[in-house]
Amino acid sequence: MEVVQLQTRFVEYTASLFREGYLDAQFTQLQQLQDESNPDFVVEVVSLFFEDSERLLNDLTRALNQQSVDFKKVDANVHQLKGSSSSIGAQRIKNACITFRNFCDEQNIEASLRCLQQVKQEYSLVKNKLDTLFRLEQQIVAAGGSIPVME
Amino acid sequence: MASASSSLEVLAIEERPHVLAVDDSLVDRKLVERLLTNSACKVTTAENGQRALEFLGLGDGQNTFKNGDAKVNLIITDYCMPGMTGYELLKKVKESSNLKEIPVVIVSSENVPTRIKKCLEEGAQEFMLKPLKQSDVKKLRWHMKEFSHPCNGKLCMGR
Repeated sequence: MEVVQLQTRFVEYTASLFREGYLDAQFTQLQQLQDESNPDFVVEVVSLFFEDSERLLNDLTRALNQQSVDFKKVDANVHQLKGSSSSIGAQRIKNACITFRNFCDEQNIEASLRCLQQVKQEYSLVKNKLDTLFRLEQQIVAAGGSIPVME
Repeated sequence: MASASSSLEVLAIEERPHVLAVDDSLVDRKLVERLLTNSACKVTTAENGQRALEFLGLGDGQNTFKNGDAKVNLIITDYCMPGMTGYELLKKVKESSNLKEIPVVIVSSENVPTRIKKCLEEGAQEFMLKPLKQSDVKKLRWHMKEFSHPCNGKLCMGR
């Protein structure tokens, strides 16, 4: 496929992610921090985020399935996930975490388990979308083009 | 070395302000490091308060202020950290005769007025909300400018 077509697809796909609320302005901050001297910055940060999130989601699953749930620990983990998702602009995960924390405050196990499901779903969705976006970037670069910078 | 007519835009490596960034989140450390490096700062990151204090020469068993590389022009620390909070780190820095002049900026994802007040009262230069953006780093540079140690007399703000 031609570079211009790939670039157009990239721009449109990125725009849709913002429109649908998967990403917010913080993601644009990340993109703007990427340049010739740091060409992989976004992929690097997002990869750290994926690793971190998977660890936190596993810890949360374990913590909520204990006989006696330690809500302090659950809340601390959700707080961390909220923070890192906010830092990369993963808006829907961040919002799901905010809701989750409210139920932690109430020490509501049922609701917390539902929230965890919701967060996992949002994580899975955004991970797929970002993986798609990064694949598009790779295709552009492989075709000899440069990745459009979003304003 | 920068010429006499240069602005602060072109800084030789030795003249770049040195920032110590403290945060338990790997994602946030990576972000703050990039934001600051992008603003011509030299950055050292620490994953907790204890490591930060050790870097500053205030760890357990240390009692001397390290010279050279460890010279720090600004400390930026997350508030919520397991173990020592950013507030506790701030206190320790301000209690040290060697380090109390270093500006400390606290960052937090939560906008809690009592928390902000407490930090400012303890001597924090500023309290910023996460996530950090490029415009926030501009503010940080301003804080560092005031503290830049005299270099060829150009950066000296005068007393």
